[in-house]
Amino acid sequence: MEISFKQVSYTYQPNTPFEHRAINDLSMDISSGSFTAIIGHTGSGKSTLIQHLNGLLRPSSGKVNIGSYQLHAEAKLKGIKELRSKVGIVFQYPEHQLFEETVFKDIAFGPSNFGVDREEVGGRVDQALQAVQLPEELLDRSPFELSGGQMRRVAIAGVLAVQPELLVLDEPTAGLDPKGQKEMMNMFHQLHKQKGLTTILVTHSMEDALAYADHVIILNKGEKYLEGKPEDVFTRQQDLQKVQLDVPEVIQFITNVKDRFQVDLSYHGQTIKELAEELAAIVKGENRYE
Amino acid sequence: MNNAFIIGQYVPGESIVHRLDPRTKMIIIFMFVIVVFFANSIWSYGLLTVFSLLCALTTRIHFSYILKGLTPVWFLIVFTLLLHLIVTKEGEVLFRIFSYPIYSGAVAQGAAISLRFFLLIMVTSLLTLTTTPIEITDAIESLLQPLKKIRFPVHELALMMSISLRFIPTLMQETEKISKAQASRGVDFRTGTAKERIQAVVPLLVPLFISAFKRAEELAMAMEARGYQGGEGRTKLRELKTDRLDIIVYALFAFVVILLFVIRD
Amino acid sequence: MGKNVMKFQNVWFRYGEDLPWVLQDVSFEISASEWVAVIGHNGSGKSTIAKLMNGLLFPQKGNILINGLEVNEETIWDVRKQVGMVFQNPDNQFVGTTVRDDVAFGLENRGIPREEMIRRLKSSLAAVRMEDYELQEPHRLSGGQKQRVAIAGVLAVSPQIIILDEATAMLDPNGRKEIMQTVKTVKERDDVSLVTITHDLNEVTLADRVLVMNEGKVWMEAPPKNVFAKRDELKEIGLDIPFVTKLAAELTDRNIFLKTEPLNHDELLEELWRFHLNR
Repeated sequence: MEISFKQVSYTYQPNTPFEHRAINDLSMDISSGSFTAIIGHTGSGKSTLIQHLNGLLRPSSGKVNIGSYQLHAEAKLKGIKELRSKVGIVFQYPEHQLFEETVFKDIAFGPSNFGVDREEVGGRVDQALQAVQLPEELLDRSPFELSGGQMRRVAIAGVLAVQPELLVLDEPTAGLDPKGQKEMMNMFHQLHKQKGLTTILVTHSMEDALAYADHVIILNKGEKYLEGKPEDVFTRQQDLQKVQLDVPEVIQFITNVKDRFQVDLSYHGQTIKELAEELAAIVKGENRYE
Repeated sequence: MNNAFIIGQYVPGESIVHRLDPRTKMIIIFMFVIVVFFANSIWSYGLLTVFSLLCALTTRIHFSYILKGLTPVWFLIVFTLLLHLIVTKEGEVLFRIFSYPIYSGAVAQGAAISLRFFLLIMVTSLLTLTTTPIEITDAIESLLQPLKKIRFPVHELALMMSISLRFIPTLMQETEKISKAQASRGVDFRTGTAKERIQAVVPLLVPLFISAFKRAEELAMAMEARGYQGGEGRTKLRELKTDRLDIIVYALFAFVVILLFVIRD
Repeated sequence: MGKNVMKFQNVWFRYGEDLPWVLQDVSFEISASEWVAVIGHNGSGKSTIAKLMNGLLFPQKGNILINGLEVNEETIWDVRKQVGMVFQNPDNQFVGTTVRDDVAFGLENRGIPREEMIRRLKSSLAAVRMEDYELQEPHRLSGGQKQRVAIAGVLAVSPQIIILDEATAMLDPNGRKEIMQTVKTVKERDDVSLVTITHDLNEVTLADRVLVMNEGKVWMEAPPKNVFAKRDELKEIGLDIPFVTKLAAELTDRNIFLKTEPLNHDELLEELWRFHLNR
């Protein structure tokens, strides 16, 4: 699903003393099938931005195109339900939205709302459950008896069962332990590749953005601050520091080595093993730049 | 946060009325509510009206803002007036509307009742406009102290009120969050038949309740960890003080009441 | 290290009679002004340990001593004066309607006179650098600020031991930095013992000692360097190791032998530089 924002601004509670402009003159393009990471501090406009993707908010000015749908200030979108069936949003702590008596019913809730027939819903629930790597035995259990990690997976399955073309993830690993975080991100990466989704990941983790995204957008105070390929954006250390964002640890470390050893070492997507190889050459004095 | 406008919502300020002990305000308003019913002449109503308007002026809150806060009750006031005009048949016929007679007694009574109603609501709204909810809670706790003797849980009631106040914004944010999540899953809160709309509320209410219970449980644990073991032996940071200003205000109000009884018929 | 302020002696705990043991024969000690990090994957029993530490739960078997005082129904209120606790969710531990009311809550509970209360309130808010927010309402604060207020609330009652039970888990990176900075300052100022229960590896490297929990048992108890040296074993029990440790291991495989286990960039660079000069 192709997405474009053209000079989009959004103001909360306009014409009141509480007026607050959350997004300002933002333009960006996200190509179909890409994995985009959106990064910024709390209050940088990230959550306002993602609410434009399925029409929960309409821009105060400017235009948002999502596939063949357009949102703008002048009029409500007629096919909003259709749009929402194509855009799945996994909100922060998605397990807080569970409410049905059984896991099956909760996962089936979305597809049923969007008018999928009953026979098909069953199949979709099974698929979604598989996608989030949960066993079938859970289907008849109450979602509230499950562990925190399982509950989150059920909630995510509920979004996947609608079979969206665009999947928006708002800090999907918050509150999980490191192992759980890694499993969760790997799961989304797999889904992204298998189903040919367009994925947007809102995150604070530079490491995740570097590991999974092919496109990074950095927001600051409601405006687009930097945009590009992860290896290009994250090597602009000074620009990132200006807005108090860290660079991923690998890149930070490479910069430190460069300064200390005065060698020409750069980040080009190497793994830890490859980096160790390069470092070994440097400290053993095999580096040709010395 | 879209709590743009709430009736009687506290307006921060430094006026005399703001600075009064909340207990003073509550006691005077309570008395005022009783006293209003003793007014029975133009002069006595005039006195109470002047007193109320003076109070409103002293708050230094824009009068238009105070009136705006009364919007929902305007309907009731006008309705009361109309009802009297139609039903009451005392005195002489003043004029006719489409041959329907309007009596002088009806006008007088209708006006009196509506005015009474208006004064009551306005003066009461001055309390919430100039007093933070937590001050009101403190005042209630303090005023209800005597009930402790009959084992009425005064401290618990006050604590309950203050915790509710603390969590209202949190729960409002949560409601917004969950309703957005469910809307993304295809729930339509705005259209559909009455039955469909009621059904649409279930996916909102269930998660809200579950989260509220979880919060309550965690809060209880945090309170216990911080040494909370009931009202016994507790000291208080927030204190209420009745000072000279309050005494002057009491005296002034007493004077108004005495005057009222002198000039009423 | 000084005398021990906390002692777990063969502690067993489970949430119900027909439920499995959450803690099995757990024993350890914490010394005065020591910083101990407790790690372990979800469900390893870490949070249960925190709740046992100030009598929110009681063990079925074994003893817990705080400054020599056994934690039980009779002593909990004394214990809670000495053990302060900051929880995970910033919202669900904020009791007051304003910052100052919240900090005062613990003092009010202990019947501290008002003048003393105000003095302590000011000084603990200053310690967490929240003195400018005294009259602020909680919903206008960030998560990190709320947690700082929670720390101030704990400081105000001047405990000897402060437990942070995943207190940074729900915060963004800036919030985490704020809290760790605050904790360091506070530790220096008040010379307290700290127990941080955490997943954050950077927090672990700051501790004097690490307690690794696995399936309800103490799996290892050692300084961070020694713990992270066991990278393969840690991986097996579902724990991660910091980037620097991973890189150091890869370097060792390439015959670059480091004298000590580095915990941060500077230490690793120093080691590499030394190797470079002596090659």
